Parts: sequence; structure tokens; C-alpha cells
Amino acid sequence: MMEKMIFGRYIPADSIAHRMDPRAKLIFVFAFIAIIFIANDVWGYVIAAAFTYISVKMSGLSLRFLISGLKPVMILIAFTFLLQLFFAREGNVVLDLGFIQVYEEGIRQAFFISMRFTLLVFMTSLLTLTTTPISITDGLESLLNPLKKIKFPAHELALMMSIALRFIPTLMDETDKIMKAQMARGSDMSSGPLKDRIKAIVPLMIPLFVNAFKRAEDLATAMEVRGYRGGEGRTKYRLLFWKARDTFALLSLVLLAGALAAFRFWI
Amino acid sequence: MDIVLEQVEYRYAANSPFEKKAVEDVTFKIPEGQCTAIIGHTGSGKSTLLLHLNALLKPTSGTVQIGERTVKAGRKEKDLKPIREKVGIVFQFPEQQLFEETVMKDICYGPMNFGVSEQEAKKRAAFWLKEVGMPEEVLGKSPFDLSGGQMRRVAIAGVLAMEPEVLVLDEPTAGLDPRGRREMMEMFYRLHQERGITLVLVTHSMEDAARYADKVVVMHKGRKVHEAPPRELFSDTARLAEWGLGVPEVVKFQRMLEEKTGKAFPKVCLTMDELADMLKQGGESL
Ligand SMILES: Nc1ncnc2c1ncn2[C@@H]1O[C@H](COP(=O)(O)OP(=O)(O)O)[C@@H](O)[C@H]1O
Ligand SMILES: [Mg+2]
Repeated sequence: MMEKMIFGRYIPADSIAHRMDPRAKLIFVFAFIAIIFIANDVWGYVIAAAFTYISVKMSGLSLRFLISGLKPVMILIAFTFLLQLFFAREGNVVLDLGFIQVYEEGIRQAFFISMRFTLLVFMTSLLTLTTTPISITDGLESLLNPLKKIKFPAHELALMMSIALRFIPTLMDETDKIMKAQMARGSDMSSGPLKDRIKAIVPLMIPLFVNAFKRAEDLATAMEVRGYRGGEGRTKYRLLFWKARDTFALLSLVLLAGALAAFRFWI
Repeated sequence: MDIVLEQVEYRYAANSPFEKKAVEDVTFKIPEGQCTAIIGHTGSGKSTLLLHLNALLKPTSGTVQIGERTVKAGRKEKDLKPIREKVGIVFQFPEQQLFEETVMKDICYGPMNFGVSEQEAKKRAAFWLKEVGMPEEVLGKSPFDLSGGQMRRVAIAGVLAMEPEVLVLDEPTAGLDPRGRREMMEMFYRLHQERGITLVLVTHSMEDAARYADKVVVMHKGRKVHEAPPRELFSDTARLAEWGLGVPEVVKFQRMLEEKTGKAFPKVCLTMDELADMLKQGGESL
């Protein structure tokens, strides 16, 4: 399962989405997150879903691949769905199971919230799938640059983020490796009573943490000996270029916002 | 207990864009009581292959027969613990699997998972720690206070304490100093000879393959390209070079000697001692 999980991974390819300026992609995703909250009826979500679908097409990735890769996240979404379904208590009772009632509003909320969550996960995954961690960082730093004037540590933040992103796959591989090593020693994480399964996590987590700390220390040392001293006066090896397609992408978002607002407020 | 691989294929992340065929059409047998070495360039699929030997991976096609049990592609397997009890694996850099508060507890982890009583497990811990060349007072220490080489030994003791019938070693000496290497390999070989443990050894050291193996399997780009006793394998230097592999230093030396004297030796010598003996015997004629 671990090796199929795509959250946070980058898939090299040549598509419009891959070629976009990371700054444009970052603005695009963050703006999308805000805009999607405008939608509050079926049509709004249909339009937002269509918009997401087109974005997927632009990335050259197949929808089926995305869905199968995001399965673990989908479980979380299904969980939120059920939570909403059972705990919203407005409108008419649609289903009465005796110990629990499902309300009209509950169904509505459950659908909308899980839909919103799904679209957000898709869009943010598209960002990481089509952008190398390093260009995400470059883009972020460039966007946050103006804030340096008020002493905001833009460079440090970007660096921290890029390191975190860089080590997600490493940690996953390591989890897999240590899990296998402990399984070879008779640990059993996939069967038996829940208590035993939880116990079996300890031999996995401890080596994982120990290694992560060790690696962090080594990395810090390696950076220090090479004279790293933050972003001050640093020139860029990778330059960012804003192209017409980036502007168009952002314009399409304005259209989306307009359409969603139209459905919400006037129609 | 024999282990038989038949047309084993393994694809990582099968049916996804990350799909990667790591092992393809591999057939060979690991006979009981023998030492089988697996050599090959980095990325040739050795480690992937090893994971099949105790059903940590299931082949995506083909079968792996481990003693009485058969692990077959596409079939759900239940209760793999008995397999894992009989086939112990020492992974590459096994020191990364240590997690307990004390060395004693860590060594006991494996045996106790397989139903050994605490008392017996503790006895085994003390015994195997000594076998891997560590002093007994280490038992009460935290494994994280030890040096890298000592941690390696403790981790190996943790696998040995399971007392498996087949011991699988994935580059067990990588990163150790030359003396540590020698000691460790001699320890494994002694266990093999004294207790009849079946050894499977993945190694980059042609010396170790030549010295310890009954049979050497050569992997290249996910396929098994050769399988032969070391003497036969190392007599064909050119062929090994094709797979990016060399021959032991002593064989190189013998070849140079043959070139200088213009005389071919009757056989390839696999160790320094062997070569010395041969030179002694044929000294006059050379
Ligand atoms: N967890 C994994 N996911 C995807 N590919 C892998 C994984 N582990 C190994 N591989 C790939 O499988 C091939 C064989 O690797 P491996 O069995 O580790 O070779 P070796 O041990 O001979 O160096 C390599 O190309 C490697 O990149
Ligand atoms: Mg390997």
C-alpha cells in the first residue's frame, strides 16, 4: 500500500501543468481552496468538479491513477462523510435507525463537505504531482519575499518546507523497510487482536524516529560545513519565468469564482 | 529444508505508473545445509529476491517453495509466521531495526514473537550475544549507546536467537572494518558448519563468495544469468566482467603469475592458502 500512495510525490512528465510557473500553481491552488467555499449548492459543486476534472486533464495524469493513489485519503473522507451524516441535526428525519437518526441536512452537509474535501485533495495533489519539491519551494519563497521587509523568515520557511517534502518518500521507504525487518522477526501488524496490533507499532516507530533525528542532525552538519547561512544575498540558480499560460490559469479561476458566486447569490 | 524458486517475477507498485520490474524469471534451488551466495551489481534484484525467501514478498508471478509450504502468485497466504520462524533474514544495515530499551529485550523480541518463553529467550540472548563476539555486560545497556559495529552485532544476535533453519544474509558486512568483516563471516560460517544451518549470502565481496559458497548465483538486471560452484564461476574472468563483476584478488594474482611464467595452473585457486599449496607442490616445475 505504501508504495502506491502518491500524496506528496512528484511524477515527471511534460504537460501544461508541469510547465507552469510554480508561483502560478501555488496561487492557483490556494485561491481554489478559498473559492470552493463559495459553492453551497449542487450546481456549484458540479461546476467545481468539472473545473477540477479539466485541471486533471491539463496535468496529463489519468483520473484513475489519481483515485487509486489517493485511496488512503479517501478513507479519511469517507469517515468525515459518516460523521457529518450522523451528527448534523437539522431538517426532517429521513432515516430512523432507532439509536441514531439521519436528517435531511445531514445528508446535504455530508455530501457537500466530503465533495469539498475531495476536490481540495485532488487539487493539492495535482500541485505536488506536477511540481518538483524544489520548485514549490522556489515559488513559495518568491511569493513570500515581500514579507521579508517585516522580518518574516521567508527563506527559512521555504527551506524547512522543501526539506520536509524531500523526506516524505524517504520516510515511506524506510517505514516499509523497517516493517519488513520486524515482520521477519515475527511481528504481526496485520492480524490478531487490536491490542497486539497497536503494540506492533512501537518497534516500527522507534527506529523511524531515531533515524529521522539522526538524519536531521547529519543534514544540519552537512549544511553548516558547506557554509550555509540562510537566504541573505543568495543568488538563484533556478530562475522563474511567468508566461501567458500562467496568467490564463489564474484568469480561469476568476471565471470559476464568478460562476460559483452567480449560482450562490443570484440563481 | 530446501527453498525452491520457480520463474519468480516481482514488480514493485504493480499496475501503477511507478511499476518497476525488479526480478524476472528466476529459477533456482537453495539446498538444505549448503551455503548459496548471490552476487550481482547494485540494483540487480538481489534484495528483492531475498524478501521472497520468507514470504515478506509474494511473487507477482511464479512460485516459491519453502520447505513444505508453497507461496504462489495471486494466492492469499495465511499464517506466514511458521515460515518466518524457519527462515531468518539479516537485512542490510540491520542496526536500524533495534528499538528496545535494552539489548537483552531487543534480542528476546524475535524469539518471544515466535512463542519462546521469556526465560528461554533470555538464555538465548545471553548465548547469542556471546556468539557474535560481544561481552555479556552489554545485555543491560541501551542498544542506542553502542557503536555502529556493535549495534550490527546485536541486531544479528536478535535474528540468530530465533534459531532459524535457514539464515539469509543481505550484505551483512557492508560498512564494517576489515577485521570486523572477517570475524563476522567466520562466525556465520562456523554456525553453518557446526549446526548445519543453511546459509544464503548476498555479497559484493568476491572473496567471500569464493571462500564460503558451495554455489554462486549471479544476478544481472533482475535475471539469473549464471549458477555455478565458485571454482567454475571464477575461472571465467571475461564473462564476469560482462556483468560488471570481478574475480577475487587471489585469482587475479594467479592469472598474472600464469602470464609471467607462461604456464597454466591445473585449477583456479580460491584462497591464498590454496594457491600457496599449489605453488609448493608444483614449485619445481614452475
Ligand atoms: N521498494 C521499492 N519500490 C520500488 N522499486 C524498488 C524498491 N526496492 C527496490 N526497487 C528497485 O528494484 C530493483 C532491484 O533492487 P534491489 O532488489 O534492491 O537490488 P540489489 O539488492 O541487487 O541492489 C532496483 O532497480 C530498485 O530500484
Ligand atoms: Mg540490496
